Amino acid sequence: MPTIEIDGRTLDVAAGTMIIKAADDAGIYIPRFCYHEKLSIAANCRMCLVEVEKAPKPLPACATPVADGMKISTASAAAVEAQKGTMEFLLINHPLDCPICDQGGECPLQDQAMGYGKDVSRFAENKRVVDDYDIGPLISTEMTRCIHCTRCVRFGQEVAGIMELGASGRGEHMHIGTFVGRSVDSELSGNVIDLCPVGALTSKPYRFSARAWELANADAISPHDCVGANLNVQSLRNEVRRVLPRDNRQVNDCWLADRDRYSYTAVNDSDRLTTPVVRRDDNWHEVDWQTALDAAVQGLTTVLTERGPAQLGALVSPTATLEEFYLLQKLVRGLGSDNIDHRLRQRDFRDDAAAPLCPGLGQPMSTLDDQAALLLVGSNIRKDQPLLGLRIRNAFRAGATVMAVNCQDYDFHFDLAFRHIVAPDAMPRALAAVAAAFAVQQGIELPRELAAWVSSGEIEFSDSDSAGIAGQLAEHGAEASILLGSTALQHADFSALRAIAQWLATESGATLGVLPDANSAAGWIAGAVPQRLANGVAASVSGRHAAAMLEQPLGAYITFGIDPELDCLDGRGARAALQSADFVVSFSAFRSGQEAANVVLPIATFVETAGTYVNCTGQVQTAAAAVAAPGEGRPGWKILRVLGNLLGVDDFDYVTAADVSAEVDVARIKTGAEVSQWQLYAPNGSRPVEGLARISDVPLYAVDAIVRRAEALQATVDNRTAAAYLNAAQAERLVVDGCNSVEVQTDGASVRLPVVIDPRVPDGCVYIPAGYAETVDIGDAMSVRLVAA
Amino acid sequence: MLSTHAHAEIDREVSKYPDGRQQAAVMAALRIAQQEKGWLSEEVIEYVAGLLGLEPIQVAEVATFYSMYDLEPVGRHKICVCTNISCMLRGSDDVVAHLQRRLGIKVGQTSADGRFSLRSVECLAACGGAPMMQIGKRYYENLTPASIDEILDGLE
Repeated sequence: MPTIEIDGRTLDVAAGTMIIKAADDAGIYIPRFCYHEKLSIAANCRMCLVEVEKAPKPLPACATPVADGMKISTASAAAVEAQKGTMEFLLINHPLDCPICDQGGECPLQDQAMGYGKDVSRFAENKRVVDDYDIGPLISTEMTRCIHCTRCVRFGQEVAGIMELGASGRGEHMHIGTFVGRSVDSELSGNVIDLCPVGALTSKPYRFSARAWELANADAISPHDCVGANLNVQSLRNEVRRVLPRDNRQVNDCWLADRDRYSYTAVNDSDRLTTPVVRRDDNWHEVDWQTALDAAVQGLTTVLTERGPAQLGALVSPTATLEEFYLLQKLVRGLGSDNIDHRLRQRDFRDDAAAPLCPGLGQPMSTLDDQAALLLVGSNIRKDQPLLGLRIRNAFRAGATVMAVNCQDYDFHFDLAFRHIVAPDAMPRALAAVAAAFAVQQGIELPRELAAWVSSGEIEFSDSDSAGIAGQLAEHGAEASILLGSTALQHADFSALRAIAQWLATESGATLGVLPDANSAAGWIAGAVPQRLANGVAASVSGRHAAAMLEQPLGAYITFGIDPELDCLDGRGARAALQSADFVVSFSAFRSGQEAANVVLPIATFVETAGTYVNCTGQVQTAAAAVAAPGEGRPGWKILRVLGNLLGVDDFDYVTAADVSAEVDVARIKTGAEVSQWQLYAPNGSRPVEGLARISDVPLYAVDAIVRRAEALQATVDNRTAAAYLNAAQAERLVVDGCNSVEVQTDGASVRLPVVIDPRVPDGCVYIPAGYAETVDIGDAMSVRLVAA
Repeated sequence: MLSTHAHAEIDREVSKYPDGRQQAAVMAALRIAQQEKGWLSEEVIEYVAGLLGLEPIQVAEVATFYSMYDLEPVGRHKICVCTNISCMLRGSDDVVAHLQRRLGIKVGQTSADGRFSLRSVECLAACGGAPMMQIGKRYYENLTPASIDEILDGLE
């Protein structure tokens, strides 16, 4: 281990370390622009020049590896002269527009110009000017300010996996931009704003709305996926102005997905509900809390007494906090019903009783980076959980083999070595084929039920992909992972997919994980599922799960944080069930989407409430409110507490959110995907007799009520059009290839949608995204007919 | 977009590098495309990117970096006059002035009839014959106004 000396301090540093890293670790400051710990070394800004004894000229600290006996001065006269020289060059073309620059006050160039710049520029010539292009709804550009550090370029190329920004031209004519003014569409694009050391790339929604030094900072947790990214919420006069990442090596590193970064724009949306409202004579009336709560109590009590407690059901968004899950289930159960669920998009609940305590990865997030083989089952991990997708990409870049059993050939930012891209109904068969190939390769027996199914001749497993996947799992064993994604969770044969994946994982030694929705792990431990009470205790009588609550409509519903039509698997069924109910109490932060409710209570969003989140690794993260909810809006747990009191439920006296979460034994939390009792349920998803198999998933900017209303995100390319997506050959066969739109028919409904040709959709299938108003009427149909319109 | 011949040539270039390193062939591929198309349009750049499995911006970075890739249509004869030090000392300014007068275009422009494009370039490694210019693949050295006229008259 080389021993070096930096500014008189002797340090032992691992061989191969760059000087700048050694200095950073020792807390010694070296100015820099292009160097970033998470990116490759470019050494093109030259700001980190330091003096090294016996070297004839200053050396860039970011690109000079340590050597034994090296004596480095970061602030000697020669080093500072070099740094000042660099600064003078950098400022030659940089405009002196800090007062009108969004980066002003938090700008590395501004800060370092204070330390290394001159008072007056010696450059009397004209500065260069660079054209700006619109690169999308999230990032503003002012490219004249660019100092060509290329951090944004390297981020795209290395981290995000799609190179959208590049450096064109050379010398003084070099400029950073996209190919002929295209937009930057990565789901992680906002990170370039944090990386940009000047004001060239800034946040478009935040632009000119505040100054960095006047913002109040508060910690929060992102509720949109199972990562639980750590946020720094910045607000001014009780209004959230922007969201930045907080470093957390275990969770999000220093990155954020755009969804985490920009969802706050919905918090300030004009659709926010600011007072309680009740419906009388089909009109909405704004009322005070007392009136609204009284109406809710009266309405619920009437149904409970007239039709019995089993007629009450609660549907709660997976983005709710642990406290909200817990209090809502305590309220519902206190009223005598076990009908509560947060798995609003799940179809197959058959293995519920044997499900693990909390769904999740079954391993720390950071070990995903080190996997040697990864099998994705029904997952578009890049878009569904962008920050986990990054870790899969890290593993891929380190040489891992990534494989998939999916029903769309998603654009991943890693290559798939083996893949099954099949219709939804064929997914269990494709996975069974992998299991069969594995059994043959290893010379072991398949479980009886699986063997019977395989030998029925329904499953073809001699293909190279099945053998390839099986071989990789066998080869890498403990260094392999199988991940069940959102499509698997929503699959009609989720239990079968899980059973087969579990058998493969057990036999190969791989880790089995599931990627649950949002804060689902907290929902499970808090008892927001019909078959389990809080802390994983089995309910004596299981209530109805989410789908059952809608199939056979109940007398009264409590909906929490959802747009029922958009958040439930069967939007059409949800609308019908809620409309036919005697009474519906809705907890909602937004005005729209609550047409079926009798009382709507305005709740706080994730930045306005104290709450606890459990991510897919079982990490428990708590945040306080960053701002107050607008108007009369209140944190959900407080409203639930008052409602519990008014309804006379026992033990409902809580003062703080922590009092609530104290009743949940978070220390017990362990996430995983394996069922305690292995059973293969007969697949019930069959190939459609006529028409096409419908593939549906929820695009990343339609996953929850908040994201759906985030204007900036809705304007991106990732907000896919609600359309019927078909491959070209399929469209031609159906004679809809020339059509602009098509009639999508299901039993009892017909919807007109645009046609989009998409080669990623397999034959015999049509992809129709869920979570859009346009596709609600298709409901949970698994097959549809397309007719040219 | 490109002929079978051009595709074959690009494939040959790609095959010179290890599997998965086809990015290394980007300069050759651009040269082949330019030879066939005369210049590199956005469409051609994107097409080459597709051939090599790169993002269009990666190819655009290379195409905009090197001055010998033409990003605008050029005339049938591309006249590149060296204006680097040796040629400058031997009177390349006069060569440029004469060409501009004779062709009626400025450096960087193309004549209205599409016959000539005029460029000033850096050293072409023929200082012994300064001042010099390159037209197509041929070098013309020790230029005088008279010899330039003679050369131009000899071109189609």
